[in-house]
Amino acid sequence: MRGDGGVRGLRPGRFAPLVVLVVLALLPYSTLQVPGLFDGVLNSPGTLQLLALCLVFGGVALSYDLLFGFTGLLSFGHALYFAAGTYVANLALTELGWGLGPALLLTSAVGIALPLLVGGVALRVSGIAFSMVTLATAQVGSILVLQDPGGLTGGEEGLAVARDPIPDALVGVFNTVNKYWLALAYLALVYLVVTWVTNSRAGHVWQAIRENERRVEVLGLRPYGFKLLVFVLAGLLAAFGGVVHLLLLGGSTPRVTTADFTLGLLVMVVLGGAGSRWGAVLGGVLYTYLDSRLTDLAASPAVQDLPAWLRVPLSEPLFLLGTLFVLVVFFVPGGIAGLVSRLRERRGGRARPAGDGTPPPGRVVEQLRDAAGRGAGVGAGAGRPHDGT
Amino acid sequence: MSTFVLLAVTGLGLAALYFLVASGLSLIFGLMGVLNFAHGAFLTIGAYGTWWAAENLPGAGDGGWSFVYAVVFGVAVGTLVAALVELLLIRPLYERHIEQVLVTVGLSLALVALVRAIWGSDPRPFPRPAWTQRTTSLLGAQVPNDRFLLVATAVLVLVAVLVFLRTTRVGLVIRAGVENRSMVTALGIDVRKAFTLVFAVGGAFAALAGALGGVYLGSISPGQGTSLLIFAFIVVVIGGMSSITGTAAAAVLVGLVQQFANYYAASGVGDLSVVLLLAVVLLARPGGLTARVA
Repeated sequence: MRGDGGVRGLRPGRFAPLVVLVVLALLPYSTLQVPGLFDGVLNSPGTLQLLALCLVFGGVALSYDLLFGFTGLLSFGHALYFAAGTYVANLALTELGWGLGPALLLTSAVGIALPLLVGGVALRVSGIAFSMVTLATAQVGSILVLQDPGGLTGGEEGLAVARDPIPDALVGVFNTVNKYWLALAYLALVYLVVTWVTNSRAGHVWQAIRENERRVEVLGLRPYGFKLLVFVLAGLLAAFGGVVHLLLLGGSTPRVTTADFTLGLLVMVVLGGAGSRWGAVLGGVLYTYLDSRLTDLAASPAVQDLPAWLRVPLSEPLFLLGTLFVLVVFFVPGGIAGLVSRLRERRGGRARPAGDGTPPPGRVVEQLRDAAGRGAGVGAGAGRPHDGT
Repeated sequence: MSTFVLLAVTGLGLAALYFLVASGLSLIFGLMGVLNFAHGAFLTIGAYGTWWAAENLPGAGDGGWSFVYAVVFGVAVGTLVAALVELLLIRPLYERHIEQVLVTVGLSLALVALVRAIWGSDPRPFPRPAWTQRTTSLLGAQVPNDRFLLVATAVLVLVAVLVFLRTTRVGLVIRAGVENRSMVTALGIDVRKAFTLVFAVGGAFAALAGALGGVYLGSISPGQGTSLLIFAFIVVVIGGMSSITGTAAAAVLVGLVQQFANYYAASGVGDLSVVLLLAVVLLARPGGLTARVA
């Protein structure tokens, strides 16, 4: 199926993720001051905390990319599994008084069972209807958490995690560096798993489903099982992200249950480049960084002194990120990864398959177009001549 | 009995709000294949437009005709924004549905954030005509008048849309476009004009829903549109995605289920049962309640 098998082993790009990993792992030993980008030196707790947050969301964005970019499933409910991760682990630690290990086991069980249940129902419909079912089920999670049943979830206040069951190495400001490494380990784990599964046989079927689900059926495969598999895997990875997020922040916040959170993940993936592993990670890191830094910027005297018509829009990071997102969709189709692969093509002077056998990153959204026209088939799209074969 | 009547009328009032938001969504989806996430932002803009007009415009206020004037202003702003969004952002991405959805997602984040930046995230008390805050006795129940206002407006909108779709030429084009857009284009009719119209009308209904939602809830906040939008999406899907009558029926169903379950079970159960309803409907009839088009 793949034509560039011989080239892959030789490309220096193969080792790039490893190099990045080593650099990131050694970063806390650096006392470099990066003016403008970070407030303190690189290994100050504040900077490490922000970086760790970026890494976690890089991983979560990658888990979402597995669904959206690699399989073409536009889920609007990914927040549910992330939230399940943070709240289930939190309740196991705080309410049940379990250790971190058992809590992690319970979270894994929920992280598998919940997407299995939701996906089992949602994947019976396709296209927009699938998106709506996932959106609605995620809303259930959000309502449940906000309703605060039995005082368990803490409602709008969020829920602080009990310190005792957590290993000392992961508690407190002095141990921020350990939390940073934990976040890095999580990202590395997600990256490894995603690399492995997208290159497996199932991964090829996922990409085939994204491009033309009907053709997969004609080949005698049942897309349902494959889609459920990727849905559960992405959900589980997101749930682990929720646990790391919990340890990082020392609590769960209801903000991670909302539809806006899922939309944020979508923005990350599209920003970085849907269907590209490093693109999704970079999108997640960049979005989280900008979200945090723009909030600081809004409070800075430089912005506060501006005239009102400039200051007001600048005070809302989400306004800037939303606008940036619209601009990216318009002018940089394929996000950062698409941009890079186009530049590489131009420099190389010939079109060569970007990455490792996956279609050029960023082309994904364009390929999804047909699928959406077809998959929207509930009522309206059904009669349209989009059969794609 | 009186509780039952009160719950039913309140449920219908909620259904009216859902219908106003969902009718625009389903028309837009049926004709253009766009799932419009920015619809909640149109709602917020309509609500804040009305509120701003009542506070600042001479002649507009919270009593009788001056309130109507304020609502007209809010709806006009919502319509204008929706039409501009279609012309500037949706039209260039013609036939590229995923990108169109992504753009509306970005817009929904940006517009709501802009409203929050300008007027803050705290709820604002909404100007309400005094008579909407009084109650009327109906079958032994004291029903707040705003419920009747909501229901009457929604019925009016439903009738107007149906008459428009069934009797006018543009309505014919829209119905034909929902059925088979490529064929209509092949016949030499420019469907894109209908796109702008449908988007603007959808925006107007959403803005109206924003103003009426302000009356119903007594206050407005930037995030209001988004939370209503999710239920409107559910209504659209249950109603069969592109049918106006289906949307109306689904709105009534969802509104009543939500109210009754929230009262007789526990607060929050209503919202959950709506989602359950969605799952059941989709599993039993993947095409929604109506497989036919308006």
